[in-house]
Amino acid sequence: MSGGLYSTDKNDFDQTLDLTKIKPYGDTMNDGKTQISFTLPVPAGDEAIEAAKQLLKQMGFDNPQVVFHKELTPGFTFFNCYGNYTGAIDYTRIYVPKVESVSWNMHETDEFIREKISRKIVVLGASTGTDAHTVGIDAIMNMKGFAGHYGLERYEMFETFNLGSQVTNEDFIAKAIELKADALLVSQTVTQKDIHIKNLAELVELLEAEGLRDKIILVCGGPRISHELAKELGYDAGFGMNTYAGDVASYLAQELHRRINRK
Amino acid sequence: MQSKLGIDFKVVQHARDISKSIAGEVQTFVNSYTTVSVERTLCRLIGIDGVDENGVPLPNIVVEGLREKNALDKGILFIMGNAIIETGKTPQEIADEIATEGLDITTFRFHRQPEVAAALKPFVDRHIEIIVANRLRREKYIATLGEGSKPYLYVIVATGNIYEDVIQAQAAARQGADIIAVIRTTGQSLLDYVPFGATTEGFGGTFATQENFRIMRRALDEVGEETGRYIRLCNYCSGLCMPEIAAIGALEGLDVMLNDALYGILFRDINMQRTLVDQFMSRVINGFAGVIINTGEDNYLTTADAVEEAHTVLASDLINEQLALIAGIPEQQMGLGHAFEMDPELENGFLFELAQAQLTREIFPKAPLKYMPPTKFMTGNIFRGHIQDALFNMIGVWTNQGIQLLGMPTEAIHTPFMSDRYLSIENAKYIFGNMKLIGEEVEFKKDGIIQMRAKEVLDKTIGLLEQIQKEGLFTALEKGIFAGIKRSREGGKGLNGVVVKGDNYHNPFIDSMLNR
Repeated sequence: MSGGLYSTDKNDFDQTLDLTKIKPYGDTMNDGKTQISFTLPVPAGDEAIEAAKQLLKQMGFDNPQVVFHKELTPGFTFFNCYGNYTGAIDYTRIYVPKVESVSWNMHETDEFIREKISRKIVVLGASTGTDAHTVGIDAIMNMKGFAGHYGLERYEMFETFNLGSQVTNEDFIAKAIELKADALLVSQTVTQKDIHIKNLAELVELLEAEGLRDKIILVCGGPRISHELAKELGYDAGFGMNTYAGDVASYLAQELHRRINRK
Repeated sequence: MQSKLGIDFKVVQHARDISKSIAGEVQTFVNSYTTVSVERTLCRLIGIDGVDENGVPLPNIVVEGLREKNALDKGILFIMGNAIIETGKTPQEIADEIATEGLDITTFRFHRQPEVAAALKPFVDRHIEIIVANRLRREKYIATLGEGSKPYLYVIVATGNIYEDVIQAQAAARQGADIIAVIRTTGQSLLDYVPFGATTEGFGGTFATQENFRIMRRALDEVGEETGRYIRLCNYCSGLCMPEIAAIGALEGLDVMLNDALYGILFRDINMQRTLVDQFMSRVINGFAGVIINTGEDNYLTTADAVEEAHTVLASDLINEQLALIAGIPEQQMGLGHAFEMDPELENGFLFELAQAQLTREIFPKAPLKYMPPTKFMTGNIFRGHIQDALFNMIGVWTNQGIQLLGMPTEAIHTPFMSDRYLSIENAKYIFGNMKLIGEEVEFKKDGIIQMRAKEVLDKTIGLLEQIQKEGLFTALEKGIFAGIKRSREGGKGLNGVVVKGDNYHNPFIDSMLNR
């Protein structure tokens, strides 16, 4: 950190915000400051540091700095680095598909269902396949909910069945038929080697084979799930990190209402 | 012992007495039954190993053969003992013939129990001796090499490939880890067989196989000699193969095993009858092998609220302690579980966590308590996560926990990178050193937040235990008292592998392991 605490370098770049050319922000507009950490499979030493710097250059960083490094075990060195990113992104041309619904609170959603749908919405949830994690489906469905957001069980106008973890897609569908589910919620937490993709895709195929796909609102969720990925896999919606039961509940109410009106 | 929390140990003794009666009732049930996995365990403990041409483990083939002939109630050892007498062959040779030639061993003439026991004895003794030798090997290592101080630093490796796991595990040991847990591949707990051989493909973890155990044991001994500390190896003795994993772990010198039927019932939906019967056999083996068991109460708080449901963890720890004592596990091998899982937004949450950890410490003074890090409120904000783990580590050293299951800043993102593990170990070592004797120096204010919280949790624990005693553990589980999860007595996986023991049933391992 030869620069010391204060940077006395003159900033000779344009410091006005241009949304067609945005880049990372440290403390000055357009400085491109970025922090990165990674491990390289080489022993610590000057060559390792140089390799890390060259890697940063290759990634598109000017002024690459290795501020910390440590050999974790013989032959593997960890780096903390900073650099100024040279590229830029046109923010005005960004398009991200999103779940098209308004997020309401529990009371609003219950009220909407009572007035517009006039019956309880039947929802089945499960963590399917070999995935043993229930944390996701519990956060959405349990009475208690998560981080102050009540789960679907607390809603008056949802009839919910949380099947837990390691539910096979076949059992899930059988239960959906038995309980006449309006919506299926699938949670996937384990994503190593894309196991969740195979499992999610299989559920869609099975539903199609049973002729059920169009009769059910199919939703998936999990830390590595986006709405875009969900749509690609043939789901109606996907809920990722930082979405809560309220988002799912509002969506289900509005989507079911849309479907009923469409008929 | 003087309580820093001002709790009354007569009340604690009352809680223990109730727990003992709850556990006793469970054991009365357990004593009358055996399961397919217990029988496969016995196969392994008399030397039956290997797979057939389709990759099916021979213990499965042998036990399935019994089940098809409705002879499971007699137990594999009685049937096998007779087969040994009649053929003069070893159990492994007989198992090979069953697999390749379809030999039916249920048709051999039955001999009297003493003759059967005598025929089995050399095979039983040989495997008892292997387990004793492994135990001595560990004790000798600890006496000569030494070990890390408590709380032990426990980290996981989970690459799916045992050879990659070795690299990660050795790196972690060099950085200061005392216990390496090889996470199992997702779904292994629901397999009704133990896979065979070295494996390189797994999801979110690596298959528990005897060969993988052997590979990792060798790697940890190697790095232990290099770093001058004995490095313990942990695996997962849970799910449908609970006692079989205990057996292969004992044969390969594992040191720590997750081993908790309640966890399997609640979080894996394994049938309660099946897994409680399995648990007894597995704990007898673990106790005899000198293995520290870890229980899974911490998981309750991943679904239930850590403030409101703290007493369910303590109640379950007390019941688990009694179930473990029945299976011959000394307190020094009881890694009873609890966790740091309160919402970080909660005001004074640290004080509540401290009260809980200290309470658990005082109630189980000799147990190497297993303390689990925050998971539920880890968000992907790795920087805050690292601080949450730091608070967790402070309580670990403050209350003298036995096994500190290190949290990773990247919890909720991915299975740990080598660098994640390094940062976590550095975090723990810094705090454990910097705050080493804080527990001896700092006392708690009389009737302050910490003392009052401890008393409240203890009182609620007693209330819950009394309720469970009235209903019995099975009914309590049906009502969803733990983790808010309801499980039925006849539901879940594995019930069809449970049978009532018949007249000729024979299992000498229980006696010889309990009366060592």
